[in-house]
Amino acid sequence: MSFLDRYASVLSQYDVLGAFWVNIQLTFWAAIGSFVLGCLLALMRISPIASLRGFGATYVQLLRNTPLTILMFIAVLGVWTQLQIKLSGDFQQNFFNFAVVALSLYHAAFVCEAIRSGVNTVPVGQAEAARAIGLSFLPSARLIIFPQALRGSITPLGNTLIALTKNTTVATAASVAEASGLMKTMIEFNSDIVIAIFLTFAMCFVVIVIPMGLITTWASRKWAVKR
Amino acid sequence: MSGVNKHFGDLHVLKDIDLTVHPGEVVVLIGPSGSGKSTLCRTINRLETIDEGEITVDGVPLPAEGKALAKLRSDVGMVFQAFNLFAHKSVLSNVMLGPMKVRGKSKKQAQELAMALLEKVGVANQAQKLPAQLSGGQQQRVAIARALAMRPKVMLFDEPTSALDPEMINEVLDTMVALAKEGMTMIVVTHEMGFARKAAHRVIFLSDGQIVEQSTPEEFFTNPQSERAKDFLGKILNH
Ligand SMILES: Nc1ncnc2c1ncn2[C@@H]1O[C@H](COP(=O)(O)OP(=O)(O)OP(=O)(O)O)[C@@H](O)[C@H]1O
Ligand SMILES: [Mg+2]
Repeated sequence: MSFLDRYASVLSQYDVLGAFWVNIQLTFWAAIGSFVLGCLLALMRISPIASLRGFGATYVQLLRNTPLTILMFIAVLGVWTQLQIKLSGDFQQNFFNFAVVALSLYHAAFVCEAIRSGVNTVPVGQAEAARAIGLSFLPSARLIIFPQALRGSITPLGNTLIALTKNTTVATAASVAEASGLMKTMIEFNSDIVIAIFLTFAMCFVVIVIPMGLITTWASRKWAVKR
Repeated sequence: MSGVNKHFGDLHVLKDIDLTVHPGEVVVLIGPSGSGKSTLCRTINRLETIDEGEITVDGVPLPAEGKALAKLRSDVGMVFQAFNLFAHKSVLSNVMLGPMKVRGKSKKQAQELAMALLEKVGVANQAQKLPAQLSGGQQQRVAIARALAMRPKVMLFDEPTSALDPEMINEVLDTMVALAKEGMTMIVVTHEMGFARKAAHRVIFLSDGQIVEQSTPEEFFTNPQSERAKDFLGKILNH
Protein backbone atom coordinates (compact mmCIF):
# COMPACT_ATOMS: atom_id res chain seq x y z
CA MET A 1 0.00 0.00 0.00
CA SER A 2 1.40 3.39 -0.94
CA PHE A 3 1.84 6.12 1.64
CA LEU A 4 -1.02 8.18 0.24
CA ASP A 5 -3.44 5.26 0.32
CA ARG A 6 -2.45 4.52 3.86
CA TYR A 7 -2.93 8.17 4.82
CA ALA A 8 -6.31 8.33 3.12
CA SER A 9 -7.53 5.17 4.79
CA VAL A 10 -6.49 6.41 8.24
CA LEU A 11 -8.23 9.73 7.68
CA SER A 12 -11.39 7.99 6.59
CA GLN A 13 -11.48 5.97 9.81
CA TYR A 14 -11.66 9.03 12.03
CA ASP A 15 -13.93 12.04 12.10
CA VAL A 16 -11.23 14.71 11.95
CA LEU A 17 -13.54 17.47 10.76
CA GLY A 18 -16.10 16.59 13.42
CA ALA A 19 -13.42 16.92 16.09
CA PHE A 20 -12.36 20.30 14.73
CA TRP A 21 -15.96 21.38 14.70
CA VAL A 22 -15.91 20.86 18.48
CA ASN A 23 -12.90 23.19 18.76
CA ILE A 24 -14.66 25.80 16.68
CA GLN A 25 -17.75 25.57 18.88
CA LEU A 26 -15.61 25.83 22.02
CA THR A 27 -13.90 28.88 20.54
CA PHE A 28 -17.21 30.50 19.61
CA TRP A 29 -18.90 30.14 22.98
CA ALA A 30 -15.80 30.89 25.04
CA ALA A 31 -15.11 33.96 22.88
CA ILE A 32 -18.55 35.32 23.74
CA GLY A 33 -18.24 34.35 27.40
CA SER A 34 -14.77 35.78 27.87
CA PHE A 35 -15.63 38.96 25.98
CA VAL A 36 -18.66 39.73 28.13
CA LEU A 37 -16.84 38.88 31.34
CA GLY A 38 -13.70 40.70 30.21
CA CYS A 39 -15.71 43.86 29.48
CA LEU A 40 -17.26 43.72 32.95
CA LEU A 41 -13.83 43.25 34.52
CA ALA A 42 -12.39 46.14 32.52
CA LEU A 43 -15.31 48.28 33.65
CA MET A 44 -14.56 47.36 37.26
CA ARG A 45 -10.89 48.17 36.83
CA ILE A 46 -11.59 51.71 35.65
CA SER A 47 -14.52 52.34 38.00
CA PRO A 48 -14.39 55.00 40.72
CA ILE A 49 -15.21 52.35 43.35
CA ALA A 50 -12.05 51.06 45.00
CA SER A 51 -13.42 47.66 46.01
CA LEU A 52 -14.50 46.90 42.44
CA ARG A 53 -11.10 47.95 41.12
CA GLY A 54 -9.49 45.65 43.69
CA PHE A 55 -11.72 42.75 42.72
CA GLY A 56 -10.95 43.23 39.01
CA ALA A 57 -7.22 43.40 39.61
CA THR A 58 -7.22 40.33 41.86
CA TYR A 59 -9.28 38.33 39.37
CA VAL A 60 -6.92 39.14 36.53
CA GLN A 61 -3.81 38.29 38.55
CA LEU A 62 -5.29 35.04 39.81
CA LEU A 63 -6.73 33.71 36.56
CA ARG A 64 -3.96 34.89 34.27
CA ASN A 65 -1.38 33.11 36.39
CA THR A 66 -3.20 29.79 36.78
CA PRO A 67 -2.41 27.17 34.12
CA LEU A 68 -5.49 26.51 32.00
CA THR A 69 -5.15 22.76 32.39
CA ILE A 70 -5.50 23.16 36.13
CA LEU A 71 -8.64 25.26 35.66
CA MET A 72 -10.07 22.47 33.51
CA PHE A 73 -9.33 19.92 36.22
CA ILE A 74 -10.82 22.15 38.89
CA ALA A 75 -13.97 22.55 36.79
CA VAL A 76 -14.45 18.87 36.09
CA LEU A 77 -12.96 17.18 39.15
CA GLY A 78 -13.71 19.87 41.72
CA VAL A 79 -16.98 21.41 40.67
CA TRP A 80 -18.58 18.43 38.97
CA THR A 81 -17.21 15.36 40.75
CA GLN A 82 -16.78 16.85 44.23
CA LEU A 83 -19.53 19.47 44.44
CA GLN A 84 -21.85 17.50 42.16
CA ILE A 85 -22.75 20.59 40.18
CA LYS A 86 -23.90 19.70 36.68
CA LEU A 87 -24.12 22.08 33.76
CA SER A 88 -26.15 19.74 31.59
CA GLY A 89 -28.05 16.48 31.92
CA ASP A 90 -26.23 15.13 28.90
CA PHE A 91 -22.88 13.53 29.78
CA GLN A 92 -20.90 14.92 26.83
CA GLN A 93 -22.61 18.30 26.89
CA ASN A 94 -21.76 18.60 30.57
CA PHE A 95 -18.04 18.29 29.84
CA PHE A 96 -18.36 20.68 26.93
CA ASN A 97 -20.08 23.30 29.09
CA PHE A 98 -17.47 23.01 31.83
CA ALA A 99 -14.75 23.48 29.23
CA VAL A 100 -16.48 26.61 27.89
CA VAL A 101 -16.76 28.02 31.42
CA ALA A 102 -13.10 27.34 32.21
CA LEU A 103 -11.96 28.81 28.88
CA SER A 104 -14.16 31.87 29.41
CA LEU A 105 -12.99 32.50 32.96
CA TYR A 106 -9.36 32.16 31.93
CA HIS A 107 -9.43 34.27 28.77
CA ALA A 108 -11.61 36.94 30.39
CA ALA A 109 -8.48 38.00 32.27
CA PHE A 110 -6.66 38.55 28.97
CA VAL A 111 -9.66 40.27 27.37
CA CYS A 112 -9.78 42.60 30.37
CA GLU A 113 -6.13 43.49 29.95
CA ALA A 114 -6.54 43.96 26.19
CA ILE A 115 -9.43 46.38 26.74
CA ARG A 116 -7.51 48.19 29.45
CA SER A 117 -4.67 48.73 27.02
CA GLY A 118 -7.31 50.16 24.69
CA VAL A 119 -8.58 52.44 27.46
CA ASN A 120 -5.05 53.76 27.80
CA THR A 121 -5.16 54.88 24.16
CA VAL A 122 -8.14 57.13 24.97
CA PRO A 123 -6.87 60.57 26.09
CA VAL A 124 -8.01 61.67 29.58
CA GLY A 125 -9.59 64.71 27.96
CA GLN A 126 -12.29 62.45 26.49
CA ALA A 127 -13.40 61.30 29.94
CA GLU A 128 -13.18 64.85 31.30
CA ALA A 129 -15.29 66.21 28.47
CA ALA A 130 -17.85 63.46 29.10
CA ARG A 131 -17.99 64.30 32.80
CA ALA A 132 -18.13 68.02 32.05
CA ILE A 133 -21.39 67.68 30.11
CA GLY A 134 -22.90 65.80 33.05
CA LEU A 135 -22.46 62.13 32.13
CA SER A 136 -21.82 59.95 35.17
CA PHE A 137 -19.44 56.99 35.18
CA LEU A 138 -21.52 54.30 33.48
CA PRO A 139 -22.89 56.43 30.64
CA SER A 140 -19.50 57.95 29.91
CA ALA A 141 -17.90 54.49 29.93
CA ARG A 142 -20.59 53.12 27.63
CA LEU A 143 -20.89 56.06 25.24
CA ILE A 144 -17.41 57.56 25.16
CA ILE A 145 -14.65 55.44 26.69
CA PHE A 146 -15.53 51.88 25.67
CA PRO A 147 -16.39 52.57 22.02
CA GLN A 148 -12.98 54.17 21.57
CA ALA A 149 -11.14 51.69 23.79
CA LEU A 150 -12.55 48.69 21.90
CA ARG A 151 -11.47 50.14 18.58
CA GLY A 152 -8.04 50.70 20.08
CA SER A 153 -7.79 47.15 21.38
CA ILE A 154 -8.77 45.15 18.30
CA THR A 155 -5.24 43.86 17.81
CA PRO A 156 -4.70 42.56 21.38
CA LEU A 157 -8.28 41.22 21.38
CA GLY A 158 -7.48 39.38 18.15
CA ASN A 159 -4.36 37.94 19.75
CA THR A 160 -6.45 36.75 22.66
CA LEU A 161 -8.91 35.12 20.25
CA ILE A 162 -6.05 33.33 18.51
CA ALA A 163 -4.68 32.11 21.84
CA LEU A 164 -8.19 30.99 22.81
CA THR A 165 -8.60 29.03 19.57
CA LYS A 166 -5.42 27.10 20.22
CA ASN A 167 -6.15 26.73 23.91
CA THR A 168 -9.40 24.90 23.15
CA THR A 169 -7.15 21.83 22.78
CA VAL A 170 -6.78 21.91 26.55
CA ALA A 171 -10.46 20.92 26.79
CA THR A 172 -9.17 17.37 26.37
CA ALA A 173 -8.30 17.64 30.05
CA ALA A 174 -12.02 18.07 30.71
CA SER A 175 -12.76 14.93 28.66
CA VAL A 176 -14.14 16.85 25.68
CA ALA A 177 -13.67 14.93 22.43
CA GLU A 178 -11.86 17.60 20.42
CA ALA A 179 -9.13 17.63 17.80
CA SER A 180 -5.96 17.25 19.88
CA GLY A 181 -7.47 14.31 21.73
CA LEU A 182 -8.35 12.67 18.46
CA MET A 183 -4.85 13.32 17.18
CA LYS A 184 -3.40 11.53 20.17
CA THR A 185 -5.60 8.50 19.53
CA MET A 186 -4.75 8.45 15.83
CA ILE A 187 -1.03 8.64 16.50
CA GLU A 188 -1.24 5.86 19.04
CA PHE A 189 -2.76 3.42 16.56
CA ASN A 190 -0.98 4.62 13.40
CA SER A 191 2.52 5.37 14.53
CA ASP A 192 3.91 4.73 11.01
CA ILE A 193 2.45 7.98 9.64
CA VAL A 194 2.81 10.08 12.76
CA ILE A 195 4.37 13.05 10.94
CA ALA A 196 1.55 13.22 8.39
CA ILE A 197 -1.06 13.17 11.16
CA PHE A 198 0.76 15.88 13.04
CA LEU A 199 0.95 18.10 9.99
CA THR A 200 -2.71 17.54 9.19
CA PHE A 201 -3.81 18.82 12.57
CA ALA A 202 -1.32 21.64 12.61
CA MET A 203 -2.48 22.74 9.16
CA CYS A 204 -6.11 22.72 10.23
CA PHE A 205 -5.33 25.09 13.11
CA VAL A 206 -3.27 27.31 10.85
CA VAL A 207 -6.18 27.49 8.42
CA ILE A 208 -8.51 28.62 11.22
CA VAL A 209 -6.10 31.03 12.86
CA ILE A 210 -4.51 32.86 9.93
CA PRO A 211 -7.74 34.52 8.79
CA MET A 212 -8.29 35.72 12.36
CA GLY A 213 -4.96 37.52 12.26
CA LEU A 214 -5.68 39.02 8.85
CA ILE A 215 -9.15 40.15 9.81
CA THR A 216 -8.04 41.79 13.06
CA THR A 217 -5.19 43.62 11.31
CA TRP A 218 -7.62 44.89 8.70
CA ALA A 219 -10.29 45.79 11.25
CA SER A 220 -7.90 47.59 13.57
CA ARG A 221 -6.89 49.84 10.66
CA LYS A 222 -10.40 50.38 9.41
CA TRP A 223 -11.85 51.26 12.80
CA ALA A 224 -8.92 53.15 14.26
CA VAL A 225 -10.17 56.32 15.97
CA LYS A 226 -8.85 59.30 14.07
CA ARG A 227 -7.47 61.97 16.35
CA MET B 1 -16.22 80.51 46.15
CA SER B 2 -14.69 81.32 49.48
CA GLY B 3 -11.63 80.24 51.41
CA VAL B 4 -10.69 77.68 48.75
CA ASN B 5 -7.43 75.84 49.30
CA LYS B 6 -5.97 73.07 47.23
CA HIS B 7 -2.74 71.08 47.33
CA PHE B 8 -1.09 68.71 44.89
CA GLY B 9 1.01 66.78 47.39
CA ASP B 10 3.33 69.37 48.92
CA LEU B 11 2.45 71.99 46.36
CA HIS B 12 -0.05 74.57 47.59
CA VAL B 13 -1.73 75.45 44.26
CA LEU B 14 -4.71 77.50 45.44
CA LYS B 15 -4.33 79.71 48.49
CA ASP B 16 -7.43 81.12 50.21
CA ILE B 17 -9.23 81.99 47.01
CA ASP B 18 -12.31 84.17 47.48
CA LEU B 19 -14.16 84.93 44.30
CA THR B 20 -17.72 85.81 43.37
CA VAL B 21 -18.83 85.93 39.76
CA HIS B 22 -22.23 87.53 39.19
CA PRO B 23 -24.76 86.37 36.62
CA GLY B 24 -23.92 87.85 33.25
CA GLU B 25 -20.42 88.76 34.32
CA VAL B 26 -17.36 87.93 32.22
CA VAL B 27 -14.21 87.36 34.24
CA VAL B 28 -10.78 86.83 32.75
CA LEU B 29 -8.19 84.89 34.75
CA ILE B 30 -4.66 85.77 33.89
CA GLY B 31 -1.31 84.88 35.41
CA PRO B 32 2.04 83.19 34.88
CA SER B 33 2.29 79.53 33.93
CA GLY B 34 1.76 77.28 36.93
CA SER B 35 -0.05 79.96 38.92
CA GLY B 36 -3.13 77.74 39.26
CA LYS B 37 -5.48 79.20 36.64
CA SER B 38 -6.48 75.86 35.15
CA THR B 39 -6.81 74.30 38.57
CA LEU B 40 -9.06 77.12 39.74
CA CYS B 41 -11.21 76.75 36.65
CA ARG B 42 -11.48 72.98 37.07
CA THR B 43 -12.49 73.16 40.73
CA ILE B 44 -15.67 74.95 39.69
CA ASN B 45 -17.14 71.81 38.11
CA ARG B 46 -15.19 69.56 40.42
CA LEU B 47 -12.87 68.07 37.83
CA GLU B 48 -10.46 68.90 40.65
CA THR B 49 -11.51 68.46 44.25
CA ILE B 50 -10.63 71.06 46.88
CA ASP B 51 -9.12 70.56 50.33
CA GLU B 52 -10.79 73.48 52.08
CA GLY B 53 -13.35 76.14 51.47
CA GLU B 54 -16.69 76.31 49.74
CA ILE B 55 -17.81 76.63 46.14
CA THR B 56 -21.40 77.36 45.25
CA VAL B 57 -22.94 77.62 41.81
CA ASP B 58 -26.19 79.56 41.61
CA GLY B 59 -26.48 79.32 45.40
CA VAL B 60 -26.01 75.54 45.53
CA PRO B 61 -22.86 74.08 47.13
CA LEU B 62 -20.95 71.68 44.86
CA PRO B 63 -22.16 68.12 45.50
CA ALA B 64 -19.39 65.65 46.29
CA GLU B 65 -20.35 62.96 43.79
CA GLY B 66 -23.04 60.92 42.12
CA LYS B 67 -26.16 62.14 40.32
CA ALA B 68 -26.16 65.54 42.01
CA LEU B 69 -22.61 66.23 40.83
CA ALA B 70 -23.44 65.11 37.29
CA LYS B 71 -26.45 67.42 37.35
CA LEU B 72 -24.33 70.34 38.48
CA ARG B 73 -21.73 69.68 35.80
CA SER B 74 -24.44 69.69 33.17
CA ASP B 75 -25.21 73.27 34.20
CA VAL B 76 -21.59 74.35 33.96
CA GLY B 77 -20.22 74.44 30.42
CA MET B 78 -16.53 73.75 29.94
CA VAL B 79 -14.29 74.42 26.97
CA PHE B 80 -10.83 72.88 27.06
CA GLN B 81 -7.53 73.95 25.59
CA ALA B 82 -7.33 70.64 23.68
CA PHE B 83 -10.98 70.82 22.46
CA ASN B 84 -11.63 67.23 23.62
CA LEU B 85 -14.38 66.55 21.11
CA PHE B 86 -15.53 62.93 21.21
CA ALA B 87 -13.24 61.52 18.56
CA HIS B 88 -15.45 58.64 17.41
CA LYS B 89 -18.59 60.72 16.90
CA SER B 90 -19.56 63.17 14.21
CA VAL B 91 -19.63 66.86 14.96
CA LEU B 92 -23.42 66.76 15.07
CA SER B 93 -23.47 63.77 17.45
CA ASN B 94 -20.97 65.53 19.70
CA VAL B 95 -23.42 68.37 20.19
CA MET B 96 -26.51 66.12 20.38
CA LEU B 97 -25.11 63.73 22.97
CA GLY B 98 -25.59 65.88 26.06
CA PRO B 99 -29.14 67.02 25.27
CA MET B 100 -30.18 63.42 24.55
CA LYS B 101 -28.33 61.46 27.21
CA VAL B 102 -28.28 64.01 30.01
CA ARG B 103 -31.31 66.20 29.35
CA GLY B 104 -33.47 63.41 27.96
CA LYS B 105 -34.48 65.28 24.82
CA SER B 106 -35.77 63.39 21.80
CA LYS B 107 -33.46 62.82 18.87
CA LYS B 108 -35.39 65.30 16.78
CA GLN B 109 -35.28 68.05 19.41
CA ALA B 110 -31.60 67.45 20.04
CA GLN B 111 -30.83 67.58 16.35
CA GLU B 112 -32.69 70.88 15.88
CA LEU B 113 -30.93 72.39 18.87
CA ALA B 114 -27.53 71.10 17.73
CA MET B 115 -27.94 72.40 14.19
CA ALA B 116 -29.04 75.80 15.46
CA LEU B 117 -25.97 76.02 17.69
CA LEU B 118 -23.59 74.82 14.97
CA GLU B 119 -25.14 77.47 12.74
CA LYS B 120 -24.53 80.05 15.42
CA VAL B 121 -20.84 79.20 15.78
CA GLY B 122 -20.49 78.96 12.01
CA VAL B 123 -19.72 75.29 11.42
CA ALA B 124 -23.12 73.93 10.43
CA ASN B 125 -21.74 72.82 7.06
CA GLN B 126 -19.30 70.48 8.85
CA ALA B 127 -21.97 68.70 10.90
CA GLN B 128 -21.48 65.23 9.42
CA LYS B 129 -17.69 65.19 9.63
CA LEU B 130 -15.54 63.64 12.32
CA PRO B 131 -13.71 66.07 14.62
CA ALA B 132 -10.31 65.03 13.22
CA GLN B 133 -11.38 66.31 9.79
CA LEU B 134 -11.85 69.86 11.10
CA SER B 135 -9.33 72.61 11.71
CA GLY B 136 -8.48 73.49 15.29
CA GLY B 137 -10.54 76.66 15.17
CA GLN B 138 -13.57 74.77 13.87
CA GLN B 139 -13.13 72.06 16.50
CA GLN B 140 -13.04 74.62 19.27
CA ARG B 141 -16.20 76.27 17.99
CA VAL B 142 -17.90 72.86 17.94
CA ALA B 143 -16.74 72.40 21.54
CA ILE B 144 -18.38 75.70 22.42
CA ALA B 145 -21.60 74.57 20.72
CA ARG B 146 -21.45 71.28 22.61
CA ALA B 147 -21.19 73.15 25.92
CA LEU B 148 -23.96 75.59 24.94
CA ALA B 149 -26.28 72.70 24.06
CA MET B 150 -26.62 72.04 27.79
CA ARG B 151 -27.97 75.58 28.31
CA PRO B 152 -25.35 76.17 31.01
CA LYS B 153 -25.63 78.79 33.74
CA VAL B 154 -21.95 79.55 33.48
CA MET B 155 -19.22 78.73 30.97
CA LEU B 156 -15.61 77.94 31.85
CA PHE B 157 -12.91 78.40 29.23
CA ASP B 158 -9.40 77.12 29.93
CA GLU B 159 -7.05 78.73 27.42
CA PRO B 160 -9.42 78.04 24.54
CA THR B 161 -7.16 79.56 21.92
CA SER B 162 -3.66 78.65 23.04
CA ALA B 163 -3.56 75.41 21.04
CA LEU B 164 -4.62 77.21 17.86
CA ASP B 165 -2.66 78.57 14.93
CA PRO B 166 -2.70 82.39 14.96
CA GLU B 167 -5.06 82.72 12.01
CA MET B 168 -7.73 80.67 13.81
CA ILE B 169 -7.61 82.46 17.12
CA ASN B 170 -9.92 85.24 16.07
CA GLU B 171 -12.74 83.05 14.82
CA VAL B 172 -12.93 81.46 18.27
CA LEU B 173 -12.55 84.76 20.12
CA ASP B 174 -15.30 86.34 18.01
CA THR B 175 -17.62 83.49 18.99
CA MET B 176 -16.76 84.08 22.63
CA VAL B 177 -17.25 87.84 22.39
CA ALA B 178 -20.68 87.27 20.85
CA LEU B 179 -21.53 84.94 23.70
CA ALA B 180 -20.41 87.52 26.25
CA LYS B 181 -22.56 90.19 24.59
CA GLU B 182 -25.58 87.90 24.94
CA GLY B 183 -25.10 87.98 28.69
CA MET B 184 -23.55 84.57 29.28
CA THR B 185 -21.72 84.27 32.59
CA MET B 186 -18.14 83.39 31.68
CA ILE B 187 -14.88 82.58 33.42
CA VAL B 188 -12.08 82.65 30.90
CA VAL B 189 -8.44 81.72 31.34
CA THR B 190 -6.64 83.50 28.53
CA HIS B 191 -3.73 85.73 27.71
CA GLU B 192 -5.63 87.35 24.84
CA MET B 193 -5.79 90.98 25.88
CA GLY B 194 -7.97 91.83 22.93
CA PHE B 195 -10.68 89.56 24.26
CA ALA B 196 -10.28 90.87 27.78
CA ARG B 197 -10.61 94.49 26.64
CA LYS B 198 -13.57 93.79 24.36
CA ALA B 199 -15.64 91.48 26.52
CA ALA B 200 -14.44 91.21 30.11
CA HIS B 201 -15.92 93.08 33.02
CA ARG B 202 -13.13 92.12 35.34
CA VAL B 203 -9.59 90.81 35.10
CA ILE B 204 -8.21 88.70 37.90
CA PHE B 205 -4.47 88.31 38.20
CA LEU B 206 -3.38 85.06 39.78
CA SER B 207 0.15 84.35 40.90
CA ASP B 208 1.44 81.43 42.96
CA GLY B 209 -2.11 80.34 43.71
CA GLN B 210 -3.21 83.69 45.07
CA ILE B 211 -5.43 86.42 43.71
CA VAL B 212 -2.94 89.27 43.65
CA GLU B 213 -4.96 91.89 41.91
CA GLN B 214 -8.34 92.46 40.26
CA SER B 215 -9.77 95.35 38.34
CA THR B 216 -11.34 96.34 35.05
CA PRO B 217 -9.37 95.33 31.93
CA GLU B 218 -8.57 98.94 31.13
CA GLU B 219 -7.24 99.61 34.61
CA PHE B 220 -5.33 96.33 34.82
CA PHE B 221 -3.53 96.58 31.50
CA THR B 222 -2.69 100.26 31.68
CA ASN B 223 -2.11 100.72 35.36
CA PRO B 224 -1.31 97.48 37.22
CA GLN B 225 -0.82 97.96 40.94
CA SER B 226 1.34 95.06 42.08
CA GLU B 227 4.96 94.42 41.17
CA ARG B 228 4.13 90.88 40.10
CA ALA B 229 1.45 92.06 37.70
CA LYS B 230 3.75 94.71 36.23
CA ASP B 231 6.48 92.15 35.81
CA PHE B 232 4.10 89.66 34.18
CA LEU B 233 2.57 92.21 31.81
CA GLY B 234 6.05 93.37 30.88
CA LYS B 235 6.87 89.86 29.81
CA ILE B 236 3.78 89.16 27.75
CA LEU B 237 3.84 92.55 26.05
CA ASN B 238 7.46 92.43 25.05
CA HIS B 239 7.59 89.27 23.01
N1 LIG C 1 -2.69 66.68 38.47
C1 LIG C 1 -1.66 67.36 39.01
N2 LIG C 1 -0.82 66.75 39.87
C2 LIG C 1 0.20 67.43 40.42
N3 LIG C 1 0.48 68.70 40.18
C3 LIG C 1 -0.32 69.39 39.34
C4 LIG C 1 -1.43 68.74 38.70
N4 LIG C 1 -2.05 69.65 37.91
C5 LIG C 1 -1.36 70.79 38.06
N5 LIG C 1 -0.32 70.66 38.92
C6 LIG C 1 0.61 71.71 39.33
O1 LIG C 1 -0.14 72.74 39.91
C7 LIG C 1 0.36 74.00 39.53
C8 LIG C 1 -0.74 74.83 38.93
O2 LIG C 1 -1.14 74.23 37.72
P1 LIG C 1 -2.19 74.86 36.73
O3 LIG C 1 -2.32 73.92 35.59
O4 LIG C 1 -3.41 75.21 37.46
O5 LIG C 1 -1.45 76.17 36.26
P2 LIG C 1 -1.85 77.19 35.14
O6 LIG C 1 -1.87 78.52 35.80
O7 LIG C 1 -3.06 76.75 34.44
O8 LIG C 1 -0.61 77.12 34.18
P3 LIG C 1 -0.52 77.16 32.58
O9 LIG C 1 -0.55 78.59 32.19
O10 LIG C 1 0.80 76.54 32.30
O11 LIG C 1 -1.67 76.37 32.05
C9 LIG C 1 1.52 73.74 38.59
O12 LIG C 1 2.71 73.90 39.32
C10 LIG C 1 1.32 72.35 38.15
O13 LIG C 1 2.56 71.74 37.91
MG1 LIG D 1 -3.47 75.93 32.45
